[in-house]
Amino acid sequence: MALGRPRAAGPLWRATALAIALVALAPLAALAWTALGAGGAHWAHLLAHVLPRAAANTAVLLAGAGLLTALVGTGCAWLVTRVDFPGRGWLRWALLLPLTVPTYIAAYSYVDLLHPLGPFQGAVRALLGVDSPRQFRLPDARSMGGAVLVLSAVLYPYVYLSMRAMFSTQPARLMEAARLLGEGPWGAFRRVALPMARPALAVGVGLVLLEVLNDVGASEFLGVTTLTTTIYTTWVTRSDLGAAAQIACAMLGMVALLVWLERQGRRRQRAGSVRAMRPAPRHPLRGAAAWLATAAALLPVLIGFVLPAGHLAVLAWKRAAEGHGLSTEVVSGAMHSGGLALGVTAAAVGAGLIVAWAARSTGSGGGARAWWLGGAAVGYAIPGTVLAIGLLPPALAVDGWIAGLLGLPGLPLMSTGMVLLVGGAIRFLALPMGGIEAGLARVPASLEQVARCLGESPLGTLRRVHLPLLRPALAASALLVFIDVMKELPVSLLLRPANVETLPTLLYAEAARGSYEHGALAALLIVAVGLPAVLLLSREPAGPAAPASPRSDPPAAVDAPTALVAMKEAT
Amino acid sequence: MSTLALEDIHVRYPGATADVLDGLSLTLPLGGIACLLGPSGCGKSTALRAIAGFEPLSAGRVMLDGQELSGPGVHLAPEHRGVGLLFQEIALFPHLDAAANVGFGLRRRPAAERDRRVRELLSLVGLAELGSRMPHELSGGQQQRIALARALAPSPRLLMLDEPFSNLDGATRDRLVGEVRGILREAGQTALMVTHDAGEAEAMGDWIGVMDRGRLREWRPSRVEA
Amino acid sequence: MRRSAPTCSPIRAASALALAIAALAPVAAQADVPSGGELTLYTTREVALVQPLLSAFTAKTGTRVNTVFVKDGLLERVKAEGARSPADLLMTVDVGNLIDLVEGGVTQPLKSAALESAVPPNLRAADGQWTALSMRARVLYADPSLKAGAIRYEDLADPKWKGKVCTRSGQHPYNTALVAAMIAHDGEAKTEQWLRGLKANLGRKPTGGDRDVARDILGGICDVGLANSYYVGQMKSAKPGSDARKWGDGIQVLKPTFAAKGAGTHVNISGAAVAKHAPNKAAAQALLEFLVSEPAQQLYAQTNHEYPVRAGVTLDPLIQSAIGPVKADALPLTEIARHRKQASLLIDKVAFDQ
Repeated sequence: MALGRPRAAGPLWRATALAIALVALAPLAALAWTALGAGGAHWAHLLAHVLPRAAANTAVLLAGAGLLTALVGTGCAWLVTRVDFPGRGWLRWALLLPLTVPTYIAAYSYVDLLHPLGPFQGAVRALLGVDSPRQFRLPDARSMGGAVLVLSAVLYPYVYLSMRAMFSTQPARLMEAARLLGEGPWGAFRRVALPMARPALAVGVGLVLLEVLNDVGASEFLGVTTLTTTIYTTWVTRSDLGAAAQIACAMLGMVALLVWLERQGRRRQRAGSVRAMRPAPRHPLRGAAAWLATAAALLPVLIGFVLPAGHLAVLAWKRAAEGHGLSTEVVSGAMHSGGLALGVTAAAVGAGLIVAWAARSTGSGGGARAWWLGGAAVGYAIPGTVLAIGLLPPALAVDGWIAGLLGLPGLPLMSTGMVLLVGGAIRFLALPMGGIEAGLARVPASLEQVARCLGESPLGTLRRVHLPLLRPALAASALLVFIDVMKELPVSLLLRPANVETLPTLLYAEAARGSYEHGALAALLIVAVGLPAVLLLSREPAGPAAPASPRSDPPAAVDAPTALVAMKEAT
Repeated sequence: MSTLALEDIHVRYPGATADVLDGLSLTLPLGGIACLLGPSGCGKSTALRAIAGFEPLSAGRVMLDGQELSGPGVHLAPEHRGVGLLFQEIALFPHLDAAANVGFGLRRRPAAERDRRVRELLSLVGLAELGSRMPHELSGGQQQRIALARALAPSPRLLMLDEPFSNLDGATRDRLVGEVRGILREAGQTALMVTHDAGEAEAMGDWIGVMDRGRLREWRPSRVEA
Repeated sequence: MRRSAPTCSPIRAASALALAIAALAPVAAQADVPSGGELTLYTTREVALVQPLLSAFTAKTGTRVNTVFVKDGLLERVKAEGARSPADLLMTVDVGNLIDLVEGGVTQPLKSAALESAVPPNLRAADGQWTALSMRARVLYADPSLKAGAIRYEDLADPKWKGKVCTRSGQHPYNTALVAAMIAHDGEAKTEQWLRGLKANLGRKPTGGDRDVARDILGGICDVGLANSYYVGQMKSAKPGSDARKWGDGIQVLKPTFAAKGAGTHVNISGAAVAKHAPNKAAAQALLEFLVSEPAQQLYAQTNHEYPVRAGVTLDPLIQSAIGPVKADALPLTEIARHRKQASLLIDKVAFDQ
């Protein structure tokens, strides 16, 4: 840690960063305010009848999804980095494809696919020679088990990405050392590779758990009552924003606990001196074992992407055959989604850069730094619904004030979609912020000092030295934000201006009418737009930075998966 | 009765046109320390890896204490060979503290015995109080000494050292060479080291083997009085 | 050197932002106000359902209608918008929601002779704070081979139906209204018993929509289920060979009644109220009056397959044949609204949805 790190960010910069952090915290504060003002009237009822079961369901869902994604993600990451089998090359990135499928789409698709009238059970009945579903039928997907499976099927890539980065940079020497000390291959994996990968596992599973908590569409559709769906119901059916806010605050307590646990899991470890160590060569497989490996790696791709996307494609094609082509509705929805995604990405990356830069430059004051970063990043941990409910009152107040000031009719910010943009930016601020923060930390102080000695101002250093080195981190986080905004549902539903639909809201409206198939094209577009972003994200450098002289630090080469790893350190 | 015997071993990497080890033979008696000296690319590291079991032989035999480790039709897995290896890159397990690193190979022993042995080795390498430090909290020289303790803990029949001092600075290196030789001698450990530094080789070894292009050109006693 | 990736330089960021605003802004750039004026409608009904009516209105009067679909939290949204809210007319389903709007203080009274003559008094507020626009009955879809005769809602808790009943979430307003009506008829204790019995009879988790009830009956998951009447029309009018048509043709419809003497089938309404700070109050009133007029009520019946509130309007032929006219339960809607919160709490108490 260099002494006297130069204060590169001026007071204006820091003030802006502070403002951003405050804006990000505003929904939370408004929520707490609403919750406190609500009184205890409904609390007793909720506590007696609703919360215990909802909390228990949430816990089971978290545990189930966490465990399943950990197993699938780690197993696939191991296969793809450590073992050679046919198809390894393309399966390596194909395993990321389920990232493009939002949880609610997966839920709708699987209920369709696994319905007694659907293709899967139809095939089973044909095999068994049974005519009617009344004679034979498989268990319903609308259950806790179904929810765990559906959520895991599309969320495992978070673990996969994280673990793949970890395994592909694990040096060969450590495994060899373990072998020489008496461990067989399995023992070496268990005692060395796996524990070393624990921080990466914590990050990946942490992201999965946050996504599970955020999900409303899938849980609701599959009939699982979670804390998040309870918040919705309390608000919608009882019109009781106060009680909803109270549950939301309780849920945030759970989130805080999760984050703390994850931090604990990462505490004592440092990524270790992985300099100048080459990764292990891959173990080739032959014959049946090789094809088994291919099948094992192919299965998650099939379940998480091919089946839901294929189902959507079939539905959309059927609709097209019935004469419903690309409606203007869908086109405008796509444009709105794209425009929103671009805007939120720009805003989030820009804001993330400001906050990360300012936080880095405070030098000491670990407490203050953590406050900023934690505050600005909190949006990611809050479920979208909760965030939107919290954001509405202050946003509308500001809107009204501005309108009054400028003499404009109506609600200018709201109707131009600014509130939606801000909501989205708050929600996803953690992604670019964490990546940039990690990237900045890797830039040695020496580079900056040299630039300053050569006459460059702090801002110029940022522009000419740091930003180019941060490109991979910026790009990776921008892509992740883009994909996430394209899929985002709850905040869009609540903060949209008049007559503006995004693809997810279109789809949700159709599903709410029970005519999900009408939204098939919209759903397909959501998935399709995410594809190029996922492909770009999956292009990982071949290995760690080439070993320079053992004494110097490798240059700040931040790759996409490391950004993912680093982004969680901000929350 | 010698401890280590390499009998005309050949190693060829898949797809290569020439052997990396082209008929290497040597014998090393019990308790002896030998150094293989040679420029980079001469195959000395490959020799160590072949003895450890990470490279298969294309011809020849590796015998340890009369037991065939590698040979025609025989290839014993690394974890069953009773051989220790100290790497150039140190390779301490970053998720375990120093004591846990040292005790890693003693998993099957009862806890009390394991703890006793760990303490014994930590004092042997002069780092008795640093057992609870994490690897990243130790200096380069300290890390290499912990690595040595770790390799010695299961009392290997043969300890191999692959250019263990080349990542350290000059003063540390000089000091450590003398200390390590002392530790090995005190433990009566049979050891084989490879290095490209002649001074190091003379200071460390009882015998020097000069290697060139996969073969031993010279095998002589060290010129430095131990 | 790594692959070159887009740098997020300030210029790029600004242009991306501009692009975003450009994509969203056409919405706000409504500088041209049409000749007949305009008004803003906030509705919880899916826009596709009301669009035909609104188009007819615009065609007739030249007034443009801007629609905002607010799936949840209509009251919260309007309340938060306060006096600057652009909403003129608030349209929603379920009488409870309408009365919530009134009690939330976001509506205003309306005096309209047209409304008073078209809509029966029990389907609107006396001071015109809200009015019903269409009715829907909560009926039972059933397997065609079922012979049930005159069935009552209370019968669904009978153990003979074990594992054979499907319904959507108990907390959904359509169901809470039904439960509220049952509380009004039979009292809370009996209703609680009924709910427990019904829960035990469920063939699958209470989730999804009403159309899923038809699909699940066809799929053999259950034999009977609660659903709204208009879906029948929707499904039976779908293209032949489509899934919806298959479901619609694969069920029969039963008209259950309450056990109480003289009680009828439970009905609910869709309705609207004028917003308190409506900037275009006259236009809002005009739209309301149009919606209860004969042509609009005809559209409600034919296009939406609902029961009209205006007397003398013919039903959609599909509804006529599949269900026929319904003897609406005479319970005043305000009674249902009164017991709604109680119903919701009761549904939680028996953990119906879990």
